[in-house]
Amino acid sequence: MEMKVKSHGRVSKRSQYKRYTRSRAGNVLFFTFLTLFGLFSVLPLFYCVITSLKPLEELLIVPPRFTVSRPTLQNFTELPGLLASLRVPLSRYIFNSVFIALVSTILHIICSAAAAFTFSKSKLKARTLLFTIVQMALLYNAYTLAIPQYLIFSKTGIIDTYWVYILPAIPSAMGCFLMKQYIDSAVPDALLEAARIDGAGIMRIFIQIVMPLVKPAWLTLFLFSFRDMWSIVPSGTIFSEQLKTLPQVMTSIAAGGIARTGSSMAASVILMLPPIIVFWLTQSNVMETMSSSGIKE
Amino acid sequence: MKTDAKMLKQPSFSKISTQSLGDRTSFVVLMLPFMILFTLFTVVPVLASIILSLFDYDMVSTPIWSGLDNYLRMFTGDKVFPIVLKNTLVLAVITGPIGYALAFILAWCISEFGPILRTFLAFLFYAPALAGNAYLVWSVLFTGDSNGTVNSLLLSFGLISDPIIWFKDAAYNFTIIVIVQLWMSMGVSFLANVAGVQNVSHEMYEAGAIDGIRNRWQELWYITLPSMKSILLFSAVMQIQAAFSIGAVITVLAGYPTVNNSLDTIVTYLTDIGTMRYEFGYAAAISVVLFALMALFRVIIGSLLNLLGK
Repeated sequence: MEMKVKSHGRVSKRSQYKRYTRSRAGNVLFFTFLTLFGLFSVLPLFYCVITSLKPLEELLIVPPRFTVSRPTLQNFTELPGLLASLRVPLSRYIFNSVFIALVSTILHIICSAAAAFTFSKSKLKARTLLFTIVQMALLYNAYTLAIPQYLIFSKTGIIDTYWVYILPAIPSAMGCFLMKQYIDSAVPDALLEAARIDGAGIMRIFIQIVMPLVKPAWLTLFLFSFRDMWSIVPSGTIFSEQLKTLPQVMTSIAAGGIARTGSSMAASVILMLPPIIVFWLTQSNVMETMSSSGIKE
Repeated sequence: MKTDAKMLKQPSFSKISTQSLGDRTSFVVLMLPFMILFTLFTVVPVLASIILSLFDYDMVSTPIWSGLDNYLRMFTGDKVFPIVLKNTLVLAVITGPIGYALAFILAWCISEFGPILRTFLAFLFYAPALAGNAYLVWSVLFTGDSNGTVNSLLLSFGLISDPIIWFKDAAYNFTIIVIVQLWMSMGVSFLANVAGVQNVSHEMYEAGAIDGIRNRWQELWYITLPSMKSILLFSAVMQIQAAFSIGAVITVLAGYPTVNNSLDTIVTYLTDIGTMRYEFGYAAAISVVLFALMALFRVIIGSLLNLLGK
């Protein structure tokens, strides 16, 4: 209740001040720009959803329409049948995707938080150097590291197993970096000091005090990691059909020409829904975490 | 929330004051799982690339020392590398700065609105990056036969007489990929900007108004941008990362190799040399060049940001 009153006070103060720095011409410019970019952003996704709801007759109309007159879920219900030739049931791909996304995301959050806590609050001499290295690694992602990583995968023998998805996803530099910056700003040393006086050890401080306090940060890591892992398509590291993920088989549906357009868009809709739901569940926490995401030099 | 945390922080408490050997062991144990995997999958690959780039290696026979031959080959013996290097740089120089500027400008524009509308707009701009492989919709829009949405529209308006094979035509494929990449580029950096603009303190703006700031452009240059320097650097790093690793989108939409290599980038070329041709020494040398390029741009932007508000 108090928080609400506070933020309300803030808003009115801001708008009062806004009056003399905001010109009408500027507002029009802002509005036009936002509308144009908003349409550019949304229309393709909208078209994707519309196409997924079109029955075959409507898919073949020339020129194509950007609306659907008799929406149907046929494209969605047809999906399992389209995959029948692969001898692995659709449910297996769904299981793989969910399993890989959840396991790697949870391990990523735990490992990143533990490392970030050490980087932020320990007095180890190496911590600054190690964190600098992690921060430098923000530049490189799975795509740029693909070839050297491929060598490591084959030397460690994890190619064509679940590990090849999960293990490299755990030490993502961005997660650890965001977590460390958030712990710096949200976990006061005095609080840890008090727990210390009460006799808590480092492990207990981490689990019982730090983890609950940095909930916004781990929800943020959940969103980013889940998004990445849910849409992962491995290149050259998975050969067994029963280890493939949903986006991997969905891409092959798209290769089937005009008759498959509806099904391919239905597959895209199914793939885009979970990350969107996760975003709406976590968005206020994500915004709070991102406000401490700056790199100080 | 944030200011509360800051007020609690008192200067006399620095970290956890007494750290015994046992405490330090606990800290090391906490850090270990992440650091081991990080070393294995990021540090070792980068170092291994540097070493391997000096050898001929196909994963089967013993590596043979070849000195700088792999690097020389890139610029003298290989006809394709200069093309993919040029493609990568042009794509990065176009999509990087535009994506970077857009991420800030959009965040700055939507900060004018109340929390609900702001979150909704942030979602709209972030949605393409969020929505997994939804970029497949562009392949429906730009299918090369007369069934493709854009072709079909152009044909029925009589603007063209034959369908354009968009992704096989060097006159169009580059532009389309730039558009798709920009469409998807409002990612983590955009969210950081949204949070960053929101976080600039109102006292700063009020003080600015007293000091004679009269319009939003002055406010932007003298207050907003300088207070967001660290977020802008984070955002730059994210955009460099994205701009130099454009690969998956191209392979899915336009295939590999593209017509006359017009759209092949260092990343797609690397995958070809590594996983198809097994020339790991040469692939490693190309990765080293890519790492160096990205690091170079990171340094340039870091120093440019230091000029903000001066």
